[in-house]
Amino acid sequence: MSITPSSDYIIPKLKAETIVSLIRKGVRASGRGLEDFRELDIVTNYIPNADGSAFVKLGNTQVIAGVKLELGTPYPDTPNEGAIVVSAEFVPAASPLFEPGPPDENAIELARVIDRSLREIKAIDLGKLVLIPGKRVWVVWIDIYVLDHDGNLIDASSIATLVALLTARVPKAEVEGEEIRVGKSEYTGPLPMNRKVVTVTIGKIDKIMLVDPDIEEETVLDTKLVIAVSDDERIAGLQKSGMGALDKNEVLKMTELAMKKGKEIIEIVEKSIEASTRGASTEQTARKSREDSEDTDMKGENEEETSQ
Amino acid sequence: MVSKEEKPKLFRDDGLRHDGRRPDELRPIKMQVGVLKNANGSALVEYGKTRVLAAVYGPREPQPKHISLPYRAILRCRYHMAPFSTHERKSPAPSRREIELSKVIREALEPIVISEMFPRASIDIFIEVLNADGGTRTTSITAASLALADAGIPVRDLVTGVAVGKVDGVIVLDIDEVEDMYGEADMPIAAAPSLGKITLLQLNGVLTPSEFEEALDLAMNGIQEIYKIQREVLKTKYLKAKVEE
Repeated sequence: MSITPSSDYIIPKLKAETIVSLIRKGVRASGRGLEDFRELDIVTNYIPNADGSAFVKLGNTQVIAGVKLELGTPYPDTPNEGAIVVSAEFVPAASPLFEPGPPDENAIELARVIDRSLREIKAIDLGKLVLIPGKRVWVVWIDIYVLDHDGNLIDASSIATLVALLTARVPKAEVEGEEIRVGKSEYTGPLPMNRKVVTVTIGKIDKIMLVDPDIEEETVLDTKLVIAVSDDERIAGLQKSGMGALDKNEVLKMTELAMKKGKEIIEIVEKSIEASTRGASTEQTARKSREDSEDTDMKGENEEETSQ
Repeated sequence: MVSKEEKPKLFRDDGLRHDGRRPDELRPIKMQVGVLKNANGSALVEYGKTRVLAAVYGPREPQPKHISLPYRAILRCRYHMAPFSTHERKSPAPSRREIELSKVIREALEPIVISEMFPRASIDIFIEVLNADGGTRTTSITAASLALADAGIPVRDLVTGVAVGKVDGVIVLDIDEVEDMYGEADMPIAAAPSLGKITLLQLNGVLTPSEFEEALDLAMNGIQEIYKIQREVLKTKYLKAKVEE
């Protein structure tokens, strides 16, 4: 059952009024412009035991995304595709508002919005994750871990997820009849990706739009619209989140702004991946002779290893 | 790689949809209000074979009491699918999908309920999907909004829902389950038609910005059509009640 939240983040009324009156003048309490994201730090391969991972710091919001590939059975309606599972944990360390226990509606919503943004556009080339058609496929487990909540969890999580996927590698697996042997910390190549997608959350106060709201701004927003933007400039998903309402022109303005900001974020992600691939290339060549280490666009790579 | 080999024909040779509708045509819509004796307000709404029951209890004392808010009524909303509502039996335990939909449906209704009139109270909305054939969350919102009105709860407007989609490249109104499953995009929308405010907007699938605008316009037209039926149903019930007195 979903209940009107009573334990939302509380800020002094005076502060809330100041934040709103500043936004009405086109500036923000932090000094940012309305269309500026907070500082974005990305650390790739943050979790050595994961097959792909990223640590993302967006202002003071901190998120880890970990990707693990495990053998599993395909869904009956997609026997020739791997599977994706997205989960999110809002750990109690991250905020006084978070309690231990199973994911609440906000964590479930976040995970499902990110899941949908990747699924329909086929961001991951699931057709290449089949070991025995109809029987054994790779399941891509994407686990989002919110470590510190200072607003805009969805965008921070979406960026972390994209980076983790783009740096993820497929474990080596040998198929002998019905038997599959998975090599320990041996990889056949990067996770095959078709598209890059990030979400861009646009907040609204009166008629004013702003990007990347921090937690104090989130308390004064009328509502938010989460827009998933793909690298081929299409809308890969939408979610109005929060109690307020929007008119049609506002929605169109928001999607337009999101397309612009999404492109910028994807460029930042690409640069961070490029830097990490360059940094890790010596390590990788030592482990296994592989070219393409500078290749950030993983599309079509290592087809021979994964095609059935 | 041919996972969609069993995909049915979504458009017939005459250009109409698989069930004979035009791209901008709604399914047959039926609505009834006051269908339950115990609830303060209730409604049964059908979009084609999708059938949803909504019941409203309240304003009443919240259970437990401490979840109340001092300056307004809280809304509690549960979207639930009956085990027999789907092709394969659905477990009655709440799924992640139902938890998310309960949230977005509540958030679609929050803007129209004048909750400030009932501090410390709870307004409870219970939605049961009896038969699912696509568009269950939008049918639920239409039903819940009627149930709120039937309960006599002050509202700023009704809320009306409809799902639009992209099916074989065509933007279509009020998609059913087959069109949702094999189409390229499913976009549920709910709006308060008189206020011109969108209170629910989701997209599962991929659209270009221009397709999105087309879908949004199509949805808003559909919403106006459904809104007329909603108002008619309320008028019929309450005007008749007056005459009988």
